[in-house]
Amino acid sequence: MSISLIKNKTCIVIGASHAGVNFAFSLRREGWEGDIILYDADPFLPYHRPPLSKAYLTSEDGIDKNLLKSEESYAKEGITLNLGVYVKSMDRKLKHIILGDGSIQSYDKLIIATGARPIMPSIQGLANSNNVFPLRTATDVSNIRSAVKNSANKEVVVIGGGYIGLETAASLKKLGAKVTVLEREERILARVTAPEMSTFFQNLHLENGVDILTSKNVIALESNNEAKIVRCDDGTSYRADLIIIGVGIFVNKELAAAAGLDIENGIKVDETAKTNDEDIYAIGDCTFHYNPHYDRYIRLESVQNAVDQAKVAATSICGKETQYDTVPWFWSDQYDVKLQMVGLSQGYDQVIVRRENNDNKCLSFWYFKGEILLAVDAVNNAKAYVYGTKLIKRGEIINKENLMDCEEDLKIAHLISPIIG
Amino acid sequence: MAKITFITSDNETITLEGTSGSVMALAVDNGIKGIDGDCGGVCSCATCHVHVAAEDMDKTGSASEIEADMLELDDNVDEFSRLCCQLEISDSIDGIVLKVAK
Ligand SMILES: Cc1cc2nc3c(=O)[nH]c(=O)nc-3n(C[C@H](O)[C@H](O)[C@H](O)COP(=O)(O)OP(=O)(O)OC[C@H]3O[C@@H](n4cnc5c(N)ncnc54)[C@H](O)[C@@H]3O)c2cc1C
Ligand code: FES
Repeated sequence: MSISLIKNKTCIVIGASHAGVNFAFSLRREGWEGDIILYDADPFLPYHRPPLSKAYLTSEDGIDKNLLKSEESYAKEGITLNLGVYVKSMDRKLKHIILGDGSIQSYDKLIIATGARPIMPSIQGLANSNNVFPLRTATDVSNIRSAVKNSANKEVVVIGGGYIGLETAASLKKLGAKVTVLEREERILARVTAPEMSTFFQNLHLENGVDILTSKNVIALESNNEAKIVRCDDGTSYRADLIIIGVGIFVNKELAAAAGLDIENGIKVDETAKTNDEDIYAIGDCTFHYNPHYDRYIRLESVQNAVDQAKVAATSICGKETQYDTVPWFWSDQYDVKLQMVGLSQGYDQVIVRRENNDNKCLSFWYFKGEILLAVDAVNNAKAYVYGTKLIKRGEIINKENLMDCEEDLKIAHLISPIIG
Repeated sequence: MAKITFITSDNETITLEGTSGSVMALAVDNGIKGIDGDCGGVCSCATCHVHVAAEDMDKTGSASEIEADMLELDDNVDEFSRLCCQLEISDSIDGIVLKVAK
């Protein structure tokens, strides 16, 4: 499509968060001259989600301190933002969407950036209990902040030891709460990291006074006037004034599914983020997409993926050649520890752990499948993260013996020096 | 209050005024091309790379250790490189000139 053709066209975006907002600005930058209209059910100006469980939770800042873009920048770029508006359905034949109040908006190109929502597990007594919070939105954070402030005992149980659960535990501890994390698996972060990493984070929380209990399957929640009792299937129970749910997400794919778009573990898209409908793209957490580097379809929950797919979709809609081809990256901040991850470790058969200068808080975990470096998790070690990124992208063969030698400083030349013998 | 000048990769020169917050946030709010600030300013993404004009280096100081490591993600890193989410706006950086990295 040439630029002149896109002058009187309308591009509609459902979901105005990391994916949708970055898409809108990229589309304008790529030369789209027609209307760009964003819809989001969330009433707040679009904001950064990662800080919600980290620095933002412990601050007293309003969400205006945490915006993706200033209010003026939307107007400046001619991007229309409709907030607090729920999109009910879409009609691919008539090429329009239907809003919560029944009104209709036509599109030429449609972007689905509906992300995900927290899973609320079917635990007996959970649905009708107060002071039970997921953590995904700015509203969730205000609710959690005021529940902590208003609680005399400040005893918190976090159900789920994934990144969001662990970050929230660390932040609430900082706010003076007594925190216990209950994890169903035998170790925390079991799905995403090596056992050594799980142990590191378990110890980190312990040192900071947060109990992490594993193999704890929560089955019931009882409330009385004064507190709640969280019961596990091994007969143990824990007292709580408030409960945080961090057991994962459901993809918001219902709109797309009802419209007959291809769905697998998310909305299925090609390398340009296009669905099986020529005029509909999907980006961010809601997508099931092909990653050329790892040669498989994946679903990711990360800012990197949201932003990179947004750019690819914008470029593609403006008629330029493009392909989504990135090595995924992610970060997590807990206490004074900065974790940075690059690559996808699934399928690894060896992990090499490095400790720099005998510092127990400066670590890196290198995941291999045979000779191929799949991923690096770096704890307070940006150097390992950066080198890992470069080496994975280049597909370099690593000299594992040199990598294991922690007496030697981490250097790329040393890591790729030919293996002798 | 500080006046900060950005020179983009298209050689556009834009001067902005800020009172608080990070230089990255100021740039993002004003749509400075090439500064994305994807991680929101926590030194995790390196999408806010600028080259400080040589004569302004004593105003900004040089990169911290983690910042310097992160800057190495970009092959264009040099001794004037900073991640501008790590530059706090204050009177003391008034007048600096930043070239947005390619
Ligand atoms: C607490 C927390 C911490 C995180 N930390 C990190 C981190 O450290 N690093 C990292 O890389 N990632 C992190 N993430 C993940 C990251 O925030 C997500 O990957 C990112 O937000 C995905 O962006 P998205 O735009 O695809 O989806 P979302 O952010 O989920 O946004 C989707 C939007 O669509 C709207 N929407 C959905 N359906 C409709 C509808 N029918 N009508 C109208 N609006 C609709 C929703 O209201 C929502 O605003 C974190 C997430 C959370 C919640
Ligand atoms: S904004 Fe991410 S490193 Fe500066």
